[in-house]
Amino acid sequence: MSDVLSIGRSIIEAIVEHARRDHPDEACGVVAGPAGSDRPTRLIPMQNAARSMTFYEFDSKEYLRVWREMDDRDEEPVVIYHSHTATEAYPSRTDISFAGWPQAHYLLVSTRDPQRAEIRSFRIVDGEVTEEPVRLLESDSVEATVDPHAVQSYMFGQSPASVDYECPAAS
Amino acid sequence: MAIEVRIPTILRSHTGGAKVVEGSGDTLNDLLTDLDARHPGLRGRLVTAEGGLHRFVNVYVNDEDVRFLGALDTKLSDGDTVTILPAVAGG
Repeated sequence: MSDVLSIGRSIIEAIVEHARRDHPDEACGVVAGPAGSDRPTRLIPMQNAARSMTFYEFDSKEYLRVWREMDDRDEEPVVIYHSHTATEAYPSRTDISFAGWPQAHYLLVSTRDPQRAEIRSFRIVDGEVTEEPVRLLESDSVEATVDPHAVQSYMFGQSPASVDYECPAAS
Repeated sequence: MAIEVRIPTILRSHTGGAKVVEGSGDTLNDLLTDLDARHPGLRGRLVTAEGGLHRFVNVYVNDEDVRFLGALDTKLSDGDTVTILPAVAGG
């Protein structure tokens, strides 16, 4: 198990955009990557079935569908993320009690400050929380799922203007 | 009667690392009891002391979450697939 989260900057930006879009409700999602690689490559924003400012839960049906899809693609959940909209980007007791994927990086985003998103990553194993640094990659080969808002919003101000995507349909 | 049961990573310590195990039972409750005989401790991770499904797990029969079917009383048929996933939630 590595002690750092290496992740494309564009993915982080899309996650922050998702969190801001759903604020003040908590946002949640997954970044899938090739099984065993620890490389998060495919961003999958998920519904928060709780639609709450203080609680999130994956929609049960969507959860099964996304997990089956990852299995079909020989992927695993490398990052499981959610946002806190009024508190710090640190796992709550509830977050810790529900952390059921010990090999995943648990990414927290806080949108309590509208100007500055806080992003922190943690391992949560057997109830123990260990923070780890987030290493942003200027990757030029990043998959994104078809969430038009996430793609468009991070395209603004991008330089160069065109970004090379691996199209999921082609893989 | 054979039911395929898919086990998430955190519960594989009860199945010797197996990702898929087989069991039988007319209801989910019966299936879990059957599984527990060969994989001790597995049922205890899924069912509370009060006899209900744990809040921390999602259990599906084929494509449906059993919470919408009958929870532990959900009826099972030969060839069904039961999938167990830890609930992803928090605050």
